[in-house]
Amino acid sequence: MKSRTSIPALHKFEVSGSAGGETTLTISGRVSLETLGKFREDVDRFFPQPAPQGLRVDLSGLQYLDSAGALALLTLRRRVESRSIPFQFVNAGEEASRILTLLDRPTLQTPPLLSSRRSANLLEQAGEGSRALAGDFLAGMEFVGELIRGLAFSLVHPRSVRWEDVIFYMKRAGMDGLPIVSLISFLIGLVIAFMSSLQLKQFGAYLYVASLVAIAIVRELGPLMTGIIVAGRSGSAFGAEIGTMMVNEEVDALRTMGFDPVRFLAVPKVLAAMIVVPLLTLYADFFGILGGLLIGVMFLDLTVYSYVDWTLWSITLFDVVASLIKSMIFAALIAGIGCQRGFGVRGGAAAVGSATTSAVVAGIFLIIVVDSIFAVILHYVR
Amino acid sequence: MLSRNPEEPIISVEGITARFGEETILADVSFQVRRGERFAILGGSGCGKTVLLKHLVGLYRPYTGTVRVMGTNMTEVEEADLIELRKKMGVLFQSGALLGSLTLYENVALPLQAYTDLSPAAIEEIVRMKLALVNLEGYQNHLPEELSGGMKKRAGLARAMALDPEILFFDEPSGGLDPVTAAEMDNLIKGINTGMGTTMVIVTHDLPSIFGVASRVIMLDKGVRGIIAEGDPSTLRETSQDPRVVHFFNRQMAGRDQEER
Repeated sequence: MKSRTSIPALHKFEVSGSAGGETTLTISGRVSLETLGKFREDVDRFFPQPAPQGLRVDLSGLQYLDSAGALALLTLRRRVESRSIPFQFVNAGEEASRILTLLDRPTLQTPPLLSSRRSANLLEQAGEGSRALAGDFLAGMEFVGELIRGLAFSLVHPRSVRWEDVIFYMKRAGMDGLPIVSLISFLIGLVIAFMSSLQLKQFGAYLYVASLVAIAIVRELGPLMTGIIVAGRSGSAFGAEIGTMMVNEEVDALRTMGFDPVRFLAVPKVLAAMIVVPLLTLYADFFGILGGLLIGVMFLDLTVYSYVDWTLWSITLFDVVASLIKSMIFAALIAGIGCQRGFGVRGGAAAVGSATTSAVVAGIFLIIVVDSIFAVILHYVR
Repeated sequence: MLSRNPEEPIISVEGITARFGEETILADVSFQVRRGERFAILGGSGCGKTVLLKHLVGLYRPYTGTVRVMGTNMTEVEEADLIELRKKMGVLFQSGALLGSLTLYENVALPLQAYTDLSPAAIEEIVRMKLALVNLEGYQNHLPEELSGGMKKRAGLARAMALDPEILFFDEPSGGLDPVTAAEMDNLIKGINTGMGTTMVIVTHDLPSIFGVASRVIMLDKGVRGIIAEGDPSTLRETSQDPRVVHFFNRQMAGRDQEER
């Protein structure tokens, strides 16, 4: 056919023949995806005349036809034939008839094999939801069992642990997280000292600011804030890493090589977190108290000596040890839930995303729950 | 149906060099693709086939040299023009590259919804037609994860064809498929080429596909970082004297063709 410049931008309709008799529709120019909307409109407008006895569509003037255009021609034929009017394409060029033949297949009308997905009613959704929740809980319990078995195994066989991985994750979760943990706890110490000083000023009891900061940071906020930061930084990373490995069939590959994926992937991460999070918590405690000290010395006329003295008087070794044990349990929960969500990934990229989200949310939730339990237990133990 | 001057090459590559850091992957490669042909880029693993393909579709820019696609110089094209140009090109990636969270219908409808102002009914009709063209009629509500590898590739092809591109690029269309499915894929490519006149550029190292589909090939080689042979695949197999070409077409390891026989 002609070269690029001579293709018109649009189709042209010409109707000839008697109304109610044999009609010829000549379509020329261009029928393609870009002009399809206009073409369909014109076809609709062409229709409402008195029904002809037969329709011949002359394609001799057609200069450009793509598959969308060919489909529109076939749709026109189907509509005409559904009214029991004889229909015929005439003078179709070689290329046009090739496209029409390629597309002209009975399967164009095949109904979907699956009905549309968004049809569940409220009751069905509730049922699905509770089943998913129960399945989630069971999978979680199963994983906890496997993880405890893996950890126990590595206690008995320390050489089976991939220590180079443990060190790698200690660096990732611990060292790399140190700046943000320090900064946040420093600011929290600062804020607590400042806010409490406003109240304690009324009683002239500035010195108690030191006790307040020390107790709040060491018993509660140090472990809690560290846990939340580690959940956001490392719990999510563990979930995404294992989730992507699931998608890439790397976990299946490990299994076929005879490795236990939990022992291979989860145990090093959990061990690393359990070692490094208590250390981070110590740093957090230190920087929190430092924040309080700054306020005390700069605004409350306390000396460094008296502030430190009061701090040491307020907290006991028991507090510190309990806080470290607590943070170690937080670490196991965060890393464990991150890995578990990762192993639960089925499908593709979207599943990795939701696993990561759920690793962080579930991690923070568990931290808060366990922290409340600890608060009650420690009250009676002390 | 492409009513264009058939003599004018649709893609012309002139002396391109592809380089990543210090490593040169392709050096001074030139060739042309004619309208409506089924053109294959061959070569062993690591010879730069996929890199070359990514240069052709404008994902990478060459270090030196020019790539002209449908008259547009891909090395100087503005981002806005590149988008216009990309609507006329379809790419089928190795594993289909369907968006996993969308159904097949939504995957294929995506470019139509973005780049045309057709009514939803018209879009639905076109999507159904494209899926029927790749023999996936009825699968519009399936998610990619529910399909086999061959079906994913065909669905990817349906999406690549959504806007009726003038050129279709294939990265290993038969890779990872069983022989029967691979042959079906080859037939599909041929059928679409002859039916619609779409130019096909195929990157492959699968011998049955090469002979089944390609009308003209170029062969790349890792050693020379460029083209070592060009022409009709059957003729190359029969007449080429180059041992690298002979080894490739006869599926032999380099340097031991004599004793193995």
